[in-house]
Order: sequence, then C-alpha cells, then structure tokens
Amino acid sequence: MTAPLYVLEYHLVNYRRTWRSSALSTLVIPLLTLLGFGVGVGAYVRGGVEGVPYIDWIVPGLIASTAMQAAFGEATWPVLSYFEWLKVYFAQAAAPLRVGDILGGHLAFMLFRVVLSAAAFLAMAAAFGTLHSWWAPLTLVVALLVGFAAAAPTMAYAASITSDSYLIILMRFAVLPMSLFSGVFFPVESLPVLLRWVAYVFPLWHGVELSRDAMLGLAPGLLGVVHVAVLLAWCAAGWLLAVSRFRRRLVI
Amino acid sequence: MTSLIHARGLVKRFGDFTAVDGIDVDVRRGEAFGFLGPNGAGKSSTMRMIGCVSPPTGGVLEILGMDPRRDGPAIRAKLGVCPQLDNLDIELTVRENLTTYARFFGISRKEARRRADELLEFVQLAERADSKVEPLSGGMKRRLTIARAMVNQPEMVLLDEPTTGLDPQARHLVWERLFRLKQQGVTLVLTTHYMDEAEQLCDRLVVMDGGRIVAEGSPRSLIEQYSTREVVELRFATEDQAAYADKLAGIGERLEVLPDRILLYVADGDGAADEVNRRSLSPASVLVRRSSLEDVFLHLTGRTLVD
Repeated sequence: MTAPLYVLEYHLVNYRRTWRSSALSTLVIPLLTLLGFGVGVGAYVRGGVEGVPYIDWIVPGLIASTAMQAAFGEATWPVLSYFEWLKVYFAQAAAPLRVGDILGGHLAFMLFRVVLSAAAFLAMAAAFGTLHSWWAPLTLVVALLVGFAAAAPTMAYAASITSDSYLIILMRFAVLPMSLFSGVFFPVESLPVLLRWVAYVFPLWHGVELSRDAMLGLAPGLLGVVHVAVLLAWCAAGWLLAVSRFRRRLVI
Repeated sequence: MTSLIHARGLVKRFGDFTAVDGIDVDVRRGEAFGFLGPNGAGKSSTMRMIGCVSPPTGGVLEILGMDPRRDGPAIRAKLGVCPQLDNLDIELTVRENLTTYARFFGISRKEARRRADELLEFVQLAERADSKVEPLSGGMKRRLTIARAMVNQPEMVLLDEPTTGLDPQARHLVWERLFRLKQQGVTLVLTTHYMDEAEQLCDRLVVMDGGRIVAEGSPRSLIEQYSTREVVELRFATEDQAAYADKLAGIGERLEVLPDRILLYVADGDGAADEVNRRSLSPASVLVRRSSLEDVFLHLTGRTLVD
C-alpha cells in the first residue's frame, strides 16, 4: 500500500525543483480570468444569471474548469515524456513497483496539483468578495473529482500515442469544446440540444453544477447524485483504461 | 548450488516475430555472465524477461528461485538494472537520483542518503553530488546509472550494453568499477557486442544469433573451440585479394578472404608468416596476432551487417 506513496514522493521531490515557475501562473491566471470575465463581461450581464450576480455565478464554474485544465496539463505532455523522452516510467518499472503503483502515484501528484490550482482560484475569488456560503470549500472536493475524471482517461490517451501532435488534437477537439459548452460561462440551456449533449456526456458540466451548488449554498438534490455518479463513472473507466494502456507500454 | 537465473526452452514472441527462440541458461552466484550477439539477436529481450518487465511467452524461467510471472515485484526488489539507454532524471540532482530511486525499494530516507553518498564515492561522482544530471558527460551518466542500480544492494545486476557509446577512457573506468563489483561478489549479467568487454569482464558467456544460443563457454574456451590460437592478417597490393587464396592453400586450419585482406587461422602465426615468405607471395603487410573473441563471434554469426 505504501508503494504508490513512494511514487508520489518522487513527483513531489521533482516538483520542489520546478514549483516556482508554475506558482506564478497558478495565481495570475485566476486573477486575469476574474478581471476579464467576472468584472469585464459581468458589467454587461445586467440582472445576473439565475438570480445571482454574474461574477458569483461564473466563479464556481471557473474553479471546476481550472481543475480540469490543471488535470489536462499534468496528464498530457508529462505522461508522454515519461514514456517517450525521459523514460521515467521505465526506470520505475524496473524497481519493485507495480503498474498500478506507478500510475496511482503519478495520478495522486496530479490531483495534488489540481487541488492546489483550485484552492488558489478559490482564494482569489474570496478576495473578489464572491464567497457567500460555508459550503464553498466543498468546491475543492468537486475539483478533486473533476481532476480525477479528466486526468485518468487523458493518461490513458497519452500512454497510447508516441507523438505530441495527438495531444494538440486532444486540446482542440476535446478540451476546448468541453470548456466552452459545459455551463462555465453561460447556462447550457442556451445551447442547441446537440451541443447540450457535449455537456451531459463529458465530465466538466457535472463538476461545474456541483461546484456552483456548493459555492452558492444550494442543495444539489437528486440531480447532484447523478452528477457525482457520472464523474465517478469517468474516474473508474479512466482508471481501468489507463492501467491497461500503461501495462501495454511497460510490460511487453 | 542453485542458479540465480535458470531458463529452459525460454521463448519470447512479439506477434509473429520470435525474438528469443528456446534458450537454456544457468547463471551461478558470483559469476559475471555475458550475452553476446549482433543487433536483433534477442539479448535485450532476454534481459527484459530476466528483469521481470517482460513476461516469457513460453518455457521455464526462474530468477533467484522465484517465478517472474508471479513474483515480479519480489524479484525486482533484489535486482539492479542498468538499461541500455540512460533513464536518469535530468531535472534532479545526482544525489536525488539515487535517493528517490532508493525510496521505491522502501529504503528509509536517512539510509537512502547514506547509501547515495557511499555509491557516489564508489563511482567517483561524489564531487558532483549536488549538480544536475543534464550537463554530465556520457560516462558520468552511465556510472550514475550503475550506482542507481546498486542502491538496493542487489543480489544480481543486469547491465544492457553498459559501455555502448562511451569514449575509451569512460569505458575503461566503467569496466574497472564493474570489475570491483565482481570482486565484491556481486553477480553481473551483461549484454554486449564488444568482444573486448566480454573478454575483460565475463567468466562465462553465450553467443546468441537469431534468438538462439549458438555457443557457450568461457572466453578462452570459446576461442579454443571456434578459432585457432593465432591469426595472420595478410594484405596484398591488389584489388583482388581472392587471387592469392589458392597460393596460400595448406597454410593453417582455415582461410578467410575479405575485400581488403586475407585471414589465416593458424596455431603458429610466425611459422605461417615464414611459409608465406617461402612461397614468395610478398604481401604488402603481415600482422600476426592472437585470436580473439571477435574471431569466434564473426565465425559464428557471420560478417553480414545486421541493422
């Protein structure tokens, strides 16, 4: 049971060498996003959305979206490079670690980064005066779920390719549409039915809805159970797929 | 005494391609054992099966008395692996490369630091302990990889082409360190296509070709069995070396015509050279040398280039 922790520890040691370069963007991106969308666009959205001011409405969505972006950032190029260029996974596979340990340790590190990014966003949002409920910290748990649901299948994808041009395809045709059509910036009800299904099928919208309920202190109700179930399904399927793709590369 | 590696009829297939085609190997504790062969002979596939990162397709394989199909992690806990291509962490320092790797074996942080310092001393990298890996030379990186392979005090160290790509000074330093390990009683298993490496390091070796073992023995016994004691290399000042082959008939046990020279495999090199002079063939150059493992190797696996 301790083996994945050793792998996590390795990634943390690595992070200790590089955190300064990522820390700034972790703080600056929420600031710019809040200024641009919350304050800037918000000024034009008179009367708010669903009964709350626009900035209060988009902050929880942005937190979930940040979690997803962080998960993609960690599960794409780093994973590809650990297979293709730096061969870190192969070095780990020669030690007494199992495929699940190598994968689980790295995923745990990704979730650490996800929660860190979401927490930075939450802190920035608090500075903008958008915190109104004691349930708000629950957005971090939602961020964790969204991070897992996005990172696990992405790791499986990154373990299946040998060139980063496929990652660019993923960014354009999965990450971007998901960011736009998942109810982060406007309610999905504004979308044509076909695009609404992008929201329903992919994990982000479910995270956005849960995050918004927590931030605004609303009871998620039965729909909340569905959201959690969809996210857990993405986590489980992504994990199983990632284990099998990693095994294919590491045990041949 | 039990074998550290025990293989019978070991097979590895990748789809239709058979990389290892039924080999029998036994490696005893404390010996240095080599797998020799041209590229594509199946050496690395064999090493990966021994390292328990590649399940055998068929046959029997026991490592340290355990079954790699079932006990992979337990076996890997007692192995040291130095892969063909360095997979060090270029972002981490030299010392961190050892300490983080030691943690994968459940070694405490304090003990990991102690071993790291000791091993860096051993591979002569102590003064580089806190520098990053990226600017190190190829030889230093290889020594660091060897140190990393020793961090769990393994019963057996697997080295896949340990000196490929290194300059002569770096190679000799690596050999010297490996020889030290061998003297300390560490079992070494290595692959190489350098004959001098095999002669320097291996007590016993097998020559592989096309996934099979084509010869087995100590370097000396292989030379005795598959070559002669000495080799005479003759160069004639002509485009057509083969024209001289008939005139050399009867000298030595075997004659090989190459595009640029003729090799005579003989017991007595000087005697053979005298005989060449007696026949007034006047070659442009005559070189008498001892037979080497290279002669055995080329005899067994042929001179055709394998890419």
